[in-house]
Amino acid sequence: MDWEPIWLSLRLSLITTVILLVIGLPVAYWLSRKSSIPKLILEAIITMPLVLPPSVLGFYLLITFSPQNALGRWLQETLDVQLVFSFGGLIMASVIYSLPFMINPIKSALVQLPDSMAEASYTMGKSKKQTLIHILIPNIKSSILTAAVLTFAHTLGEFGVVLMIGGNIPGVTKVASIAIYDSVERMDYASANNYSLILFALTFVIVLTVFIVNRNSVKSPLE
Amino acid sequence: MIEIAIKKKIKTYNGFDLLDVKSNFASRGITQVLGNSGAGKTTLLKILAGLLLPEEGYIRVDNETWLDTKANICLSPQKRQTGFVFQDYALFPNMTAEEHLRYGSVDEEYINELFRIGRLEKFKRHKPRQLSGGQQQRLAILRSVSTKPRILLMDEPFSALDNDLKGAIISDLKQLIRRLEMTCLVVTHQPFREGEFADFSFRVD
Repeated sequence: MDWEPIWLSLRLSLITTVILLVIGLPVAYWLSRKSSIPKLILEAIITMPLVLPPSVLGFYLLITFSPQNALGRWLQETLDVQLVFSFGGLIMASVIYSLPFMINPIKSALVQLPDSMAEASYTMGKSKKQTLIHILIPNIKSSILTAAVLTFAHTLGEFGVVLMIGGNIPGVTKVASIAIYDSVERMDYASANNYSLILFALTFVIVLTVFIVNRNSVKSPLE
Repeated sequence: MIEIAIKKKIKTYNGFDLLDVKSNFASRGITQVLGNSGAGKTTLLKILAGLLLPEEGYIRVDNETWLDTKANICLSPQKRQTGFVFQDYALFPNMTAEEHLRYGSVDEEYINELFRIGRLEKFKRHKPRQLSGGQQQRLAILRSVSTKPRILLMDEPFSALDNDLKGAIISDLKQLIRRLEMTCLVVTHQPFREGEFADFSFRVD
């Protein structure tokens, strides 16, 4: 069995999760403060990948970043960056596709904290940043873990978006889910079964870990 | 002296009420704030702390303007550095009792003194969930004075304490407030007895 697609999937999931942790925390914090029309619009956009068919998102990303179109051409000619049919493109698409899985649980957890907790910190002279680091984040650790794990697991199982923007290039964009599809296409059910079993086991272990780690902190470990 | 003149709409179950306060509070004194439920006592404290903004008005503390809606001046809660005891305690679940006080002060001697005042010496390493309601309330009081604030705002701070403990803590806390020359406003449903804690009374209607 070729292990390359599995490693590629794990690398993609890890990089996507790290990027989304860095982006997701400040965005979720901002969204959790008083709501406004621009925030509601941004929230709707962030939630879109949850309900949109992955192929739709993949199609628009493919069109947008294709070198035949303005943005894609500019990226290639100015920055020498080609996002379609590349690993970089997979990361970009995965970040967009998994945004709600990172941001929504963190935002919900922040909203559920009583306002007085942050207010107590402010009256003690602590800035918003100090309050976020010392008070808010430590008290939503379980939700951050849940968000990170969901993002990782969701990226691991991506198919539609990845196929649209990355295609099926061995060692570059052929991740595990594509390898399963490719094996079935070639009627190689044994390989498809191997990849599927590994993905199944990985995902099960990840979700079980969240349940074990969060068993005492929330009503449902995936909340 | 705290000079305050504010107007703030407060939501009630049948619409809005207007909190209209115009008064002076003596510096370095303890004032009990009385009033019916929903009169706006907590709102008044939060406005003083900078956690809520009134529609109009001003707050001056010893001739320093903290708020003036006409002049567009509004000091942040961080700059006002009031001590605040929240009705729901607002403790930090991730911190031990000791860490709560260290978050406000680095003076170990002072922190130990506070633990003595709160009778919580044995609970320094406990997190809020490991404390009883009364212990949590005492920790909230200690945290509020850990920064040695100029103004101490307390919202029903002794409601979960039994009478003996309440008497002892009130006595020690009053001494601390006097020594650190704090100005204290304390919201209470149950008015203090003469000379028990408060020097002055103010009613919010």
